[in-house]
Amino acid sequence: MNKTWVTPGGVHPPENKHQSVTQGIGQLPIPEKLVIPLSQHIGAAAIPCVEVGQAVLKGQVIAKPAGVVSIPMHAPTSGTISAIEHRPIAHSSGMLAPCIEITSDAADTWIDHEGISDYEHISPAKLLEMVANAGISGMGGAGFPSAVKLNPGRQRPIDTLIINATECEPYITADDSAIRERAAEIVEGIKILSAILDHPHNIMIGIEDNKPEAIEALAPHVEGTGISVVVFPTKYPSGGEKQLIYILTGKELPSGKLPADIGMVCINIGTTYAIKRAIIDGEPLVSRVTTVTGDAVGIQRNYDTLIGTPVSHLLAHSEYDEQAGGRVVMGGPMMGFTLPSAEVPIVKTTNCILAPSYAEIPDDEPAQPCIRCGMCAEACPASLLPQQLFWYAQAEDHERLEAHNLFDCIECGACSYVCPSNIPLVQYYRAAKGEIRHAREEKVKADHARERFEFHKQRIEQAEREKEEKRAARREAALKAKANPPAAKSETKSEAKPSSSAADIIAAAQARAAAKQASPEDQQAKLERTIAAAEQRLKVAEEKLAEAIESNSDKQAVLSAAVENTRQKLEQSKTKLAELQA
Amino acid sequence: MIELISQNPILAALAALVGLAIVFGALLGFAAEKFKVEGDPIVEQIDELLPQTQCGQCGFPGCRPYAESIANGDEINKCPPGGQSTINAIASLLDIPAPELDAEHGEESEVKTVAYIREDECIGCTKCIQACPVDAIMGAAKFMHTVIADECTGCDLCVEPCPVDCIDMLPVEETIADWRWSIPAKPGLIATDKRGELANQPAKEDAA
Repeated sequence: MNKTWVTPGGVHPPENKHQSVTQGIGQLPIPEKLVIPLSQHIGAAAIPCVEVGQAVLKGQVIAKPAGVVSIPMHAPTSGTISAIEHRPIAHSSGMLAPCIEITSDAADTWIDHEGISDYEHISPAKLLEMVANAGISGMGGAGFPSAVKLNPGRQRPIDTLIINATECEPYITADDSAIRERAAEIVEGIKILSAILDHPHNIMIGIEDNKPEAIEALAPHVEGTGISVVVFPTKYPSGGEKQLIYILTGKELPSGKLPADIGMVCINIGTTYAIKRAIIDGEPLVSRVTTVTGDAVGIQRNYDTLIGTPVSHLLAHSEYDEQAGGRVVMGGPMMGFTLPSAEVPIVKTTNCILAPSYAEIPDDEPAQPCIRCGMCAEACPASLLPQQLFWYAQAEDHERLEAHNLFDCIECGACSYVCPSNIPLVQYYRAAKGEIRHAREEKVKADHARERFEFHKQRIEQAEREKEEKRAARREAALKAKANPPAAKSETKSEAKPSSSAADIIAAAQARAAAKQASPEDQQAKLERTIAAAEQRLKVAEEKLAEAIESNSDKQAVLSAAVENTRQKLEQSKTKLAELQA
Repeated sequence: MIELISQNPILAALAALVGLAIVFGALLGFAAEKFKVEGDPIVEQIDELLPQTQCGQCGFPGCRPYAESIANGDEINKCPPGGQSTINAIASLLDIPAPELDAEHGEESEVKTVAYIREDECIGCTKCIQACPVDAIMGAAKFMHTVIADECTGCDLCVEPCPVDCIDMLPVEETIADWRWSIPAKPGLIATDKRGELANQPAKEDAA
């Protein structure tokens, strides 16, 4: 018998598990349409690799993983892709998300697939690749890609493998019934995990003492395998990763660390079954066990449900009475959320569909002021101070929230459950966490913008400086030219020539222009035009000069110079024309 | 020497004090050189809190100049993009009471926006490119311009110079990835008073 430790806090809500385990795992008829959301896991959404109208077989890849922390999606049944568009999914926001819809052909034809039986002789890397290709993400609730979790790297050797069969939340019996019926395959899956993780010393299945049948079912299969089944008293929430690690090993997972950092990996029992199917049978993850329960449904039991099955399909086959209960919850009564519509599909993390009657789970009572009773602090399994967090969340005091370890909150809902004032505490924490994450992102963005702004400023300044330098150089050159007497002009010119590239360019351009005007007729015409224009200009200039002389303006000198200049040019043109004509 | 000192305690005290003064003076002088802080650290801290939109709504050419001005005693309520939360943060940093946002400089907007160029209307004048404080607009003379949405701070400085008015400030759409829970609505004074709630509701709608 393994020693177990007792976590702080916790609550004992009515279990309500017996209703749904009286019958075994059922099979549903294949729904007409299945909707597969592209993001059913933590990490980047998968990228569709099929087109509308394409025929697919069961188990065919329909979306490829986008990056390392991502998983592929497979067709849960054979049929045709009927849409790739935004659909409502199981998300508390009620927003739409990209999905692939498959219209079933009712044949449920598998794609060719093949597993391997001697996984002991295959390298862990190859096994991990198979797990990744099977699209397996954690099936306990968070949905973290399993292949990433099982690959902690060489610097973090794993000596403890924990299989989470706790299923501590009321109503849910998906894992319980899976163990009862599939114990052999689950143990096989654990052996594969052990091979992937290079045979950890300790392999433990953590299970609460309210599942005696499951414990009994596991016993013959784990005999002589080195896997121990550790039974501990039922308490909510024992199934949280941190809580389970403490219960089984007495080690506390430091804040902000992953189990792999202390040499542990924690895997849900449903995931081990999926891994067995992936390796031994070569089947990707296309179905899972889901509990349908609550007083508003006539038949309460577990179903082996295809991923993508609409919730309404499950309810329709469970004698759902809409009058009896107003809402449908995905997940359990503690951590689940009310679905925006019954059309949302079952995803890889959906362990329960709860349709409670009004009497069973009444609507939330209005929240009343906090009376500082401290019951929440006693119930908190993470040893936090929920009422302090509540005040700081109301005040949006992010600094103090972080100082009080808000991010260690697992959102289990134990504090809200015990609160005599019915304060929706968890919602405050979720909102505060969202705000803090948002503020962090904004900070990163602001820093980036500052960097870019500073670079922009620097660039502008540099351009300005360069311009100023050029201007100064030109001014200097002009001064020099003025200072030198015209007699030395040719000399300075020849000196200046190699340095002033601009002058070269202009001269070259003029030469090119001259070369272009090869025909003498053109040149003559141009010269004539020039002469005409110059005559016109001369006339205007002379008029202006006359005016200036009359009004005795101080522009006289400038104007007379201009007149002289124009006249010279005119004469030049005239001589040129004469030359050309001659 | 020792005799001289023991015979003149005043002299001894004086020598000791002068000696200490020299030692500490040297120490302080060394520390001042060694641990010299470049720039004004308070400016850095204020600049950290400002939203870095570089929009100039405060009347300064960028966030840093405004931070410098605040450090020199300017009002802290001139930043509409930062809004009340930035004002509160600066107020707590400077340990002064937080004023309301000065409406003269603009209003705090709830929705974040980014600039969007209607590309088929763009004539390629580069005026918006020159106006952008964070170089978030791509393009060249007589070529179409476009805004790199990820780099845009939403300062709307590019809107005004556009000669053909082809720049819009579009709100950033919320996606499922950045959706956040909101703080639950506060209950009334008497939370169980459903009657009051019902009586108030139509009145609220009327007001709206």
